[in-house]
Amino acid sequence: MFKIVAKREMAERTVCEFKIEAPDIARKAEPGQFVVIRANETGERIPLTMAGTDPGAGTINIIFQVVGKTTALLRSFGEGDEIMDIIGPLGVPTHVEKLGTVICVGGGTGVAVMYPITKAYKEAGNHVIAIIGARTKDLLILEEEMKAASHDLRVTTDDGSYGHHGFVTDVLKQILDDRNDVELVVGIGPVPMMKFLCKMTKEYDVKTVVSLNPIMVDATGMCGACRVSVGGRTRFCCVDGPEFDGHQVDFDELVKRQRAYLTEEKISMDQFMGGIPE
Amino acid sequence: MAEKEAKGKREKVPRQEMTEQKPEDRVRNFDEVPFGYTPEQAGLEAGRCLQCKKPKCIDGCPVEIDIPSFIQLIYDGDFIGSARKLKEQNSLPAICGRVCPQEDQCEKVCILGKKDEPVAVGRLERFAADWERAQGEVEIPLKDPPTGKRIAVVGSGPAGLTVAGDLIKKGHEVTIFEALHKTGGVLVYGIPEFRLPKAIVQAEVDYLAKIGVEINVDYVIGSIRTVDELFKEGYGAVFLGLGAGLPLFMGIPGENFCGVYSANEYLTRSNLMKAYLFPEYDTPIARGKNVVVLGAGNVSMDSARTALRLGAEKVRIVYRRSRVEMPARIEEIQRAEEEGVEFHLLTIPVRFLGDDNGWVTGMECIRMELGEPDESGRRRPIPIKGSEFIIDCDLVVVAIGAGANPLLPTTTSGLELNKRGYIVADQETGKTAKKGVWAGGDIVTGSATVILAMGAGRKAANSIHDYLMSGQKNWP
Repeated sequence: MFKIVAKREMAERTVCEFKIEAPDIARKAEPGQFVVIRANETGERIPLTMAGTDPGAGTINIIFQVVGKTTALLRSFGEGDEIMDIIGPLGVPTHVEKLGTVICVGGGTGVAVMYPITKAYKEAGNHVIAIIGARTKDLLILEEEMKAASHDLRVTTDDGSYGHHGFVTDVLKQILDDRNDVELVVGIGPVPMMKFLCKMTKEYDVKTVVSLNPIMVDATGMCGACRVSVGGRTRFCCVDGPEFDGHQVDFDELVKRQRAYLTEEKISMDQFMGGIPE
Repeated sequence: MAEKEAKGKREKVPRQEMTEQKPEDRVRNFDEVPFGYTPEQAGLEAGRCLQCKKPKCIDGCPVEIDIPSFIQLIYDGDFIGSARKLKEQNSLPAICGRVCPQEDQCEKVCILGKKDEPVAVGRLERFAADWERAQGEVEIPLKDPPTGKRIAVVGSGPAGLTVAGDLIKKGHEVTIFEALHKTGGVLVYGIPEFRLPKAIVQAEVDYLAKIGVEINVDYVIGSIRTVDELFKEGYGAVFLGLGAGLPLFMGIPGENFCGVYSANEYLTRSNLMKAYLFPEYDTPIARGKNVVVLGAGNVSMDSARTALRLGAEKVRIVYRRSRVEMPARIEEIQRAEEEGVEFHLLTIPVRFLGDDNGWVTGMECIRMELGEPDESGRRRPIPIKGSEFIIDCDLVVVAIGAGANPLLPTTTSGLELNKRGYIVADQETGKTAKKGVWAGGDIVTGSATVILAMGAGRKAANSIHDYLMSGQKNWP
């Protein structure tokens, strides 16, 4: 059992942050890695990326958006509650090195995944430009943290309620037009965003890394649920990823595989909401 | 003389069948298929044993159970005594009685079997173990005095459970590290409830916990801790019983369509995550109406029979060789056939077909013929040119075998791996190339049986004990 020591509601109460006691994981986790969570005895195993760790305090932070039954259930947990299983750290850590100028682009809850990675690139001596975006101002997360983790933070909202009116990729395009010293773009967010971003950086011939979030079960390379096509080869996101060369990823296949259980997800969610009137 | 006399008398009793659920009933539930012997049946079957002076069955058993003795105890009506006799050599008799391929082991060499059907050793083993569990009289064994030595067992499948059980009884401190959230390895994620009820596995694990084994689930060794860190933390020996946790795929176009599962994923969803109870349990599983299972081993039969129980109207096993080469146990093939699974032999898919949503809709297949024997000694299947045809289906389970999961081997320095990625370990002792590290089960041999993994665990446990008690000097 893993105890929740702090809870923070973010972004219109659809995004939530837990600080969880998990000393062994906190000691080992590196940026880019993730954990698998099973909330209770009847729960499913879902991968969630760590937004930070505190090895001294023995805690890990996870940020998640309520998208289905499991995340809705998790959000109903409060401080002092316990999560039945947390397995990690899993996946290959982000390969961080000093490259020069690095642009870190985070969309939606992808910003949570991006935060420790951004920090790591800055600490490695890179000039880090961060671009974060959300549909609307209230859904924007980790602005202050991202500001501190980068040298230059740009913010966008789809509806123009805050920052640049438009998409993260608009701002990215401007920067790529303005400067020719960008060595790497890291893009993490909804699949359509990552797909569009990769199409753009390919035109500029800038190396691009994305972090993928397919459906997983065991997440230790045992089941193959998370297979993704990268450069025409099947890879297991859980052990070969979650980060891949964005220019090689088959995003269309990823989207289809992510939608494999939409019907069942709706049944689960309806049942859950029926049980907890709000 | 007595033996001869007994033989004459006993031959009149036919091999006792277990009553079981009818095929038409059992395909609608996940309950175990056979009900097991009644005490009367067990007594009759035990009476068939010749109690040979030079029995062959013991040599036929990978863990050398004293088979005539445990059967005699059943015959004498001492069922608890029989279970304890079994446990002298086999810590998991309720499991082995169900999933061992006895027809290739003890029953194959049974002397009675030369003229008549062999004694049903597996069914008797199951009976004695079930009896003991049902009576709640599981004996707590006497442990040797504490040695102060600590052993880490990585993986809680049949090999790991055996090592843990053996070493705790020798007075050592044993800690199991399991990557999944539940102990049992393939016994819980792989083998379905209808073949091995999970309560039986849980009882075995509870027993180990009761006699002092510390069990940590959710621990991915290689990630949360390395093997070297385990040594630093004071473990004197590490046993790796990781299993062959890497699903193999065909490597043909369309394999990533939704609805194409590895057997590992399909069975893990159903067994470990209890997706067959969705939405009571949260994990979903695709319920295909028209299912194809690729491959013809035990895992294929398990997958096919699971698909039927999940509501499939048609389940076909597609296999590239012919019937005689099918690796599954005959009993499993028979049960699958009884339940209505169809077999399409000498057939191999060359690509999967799918719809616009990315769901599988069929497979293009090609027919095969058998040529000369290959390196496995089986006749090599050769594609017949121009024989392509389409099989429609809405769900595919790829059950063509497993490879070595690289997560731990690649994060552990000093291990020697073979060209297929399996850990090289001494056959007699389980010692690996790395000092203080043993390995056994599927991560050494590739996919094999529960009992062989247990046999490897037994040998490793003995070797670990000798090493720890002799000053941890000798290596290899």
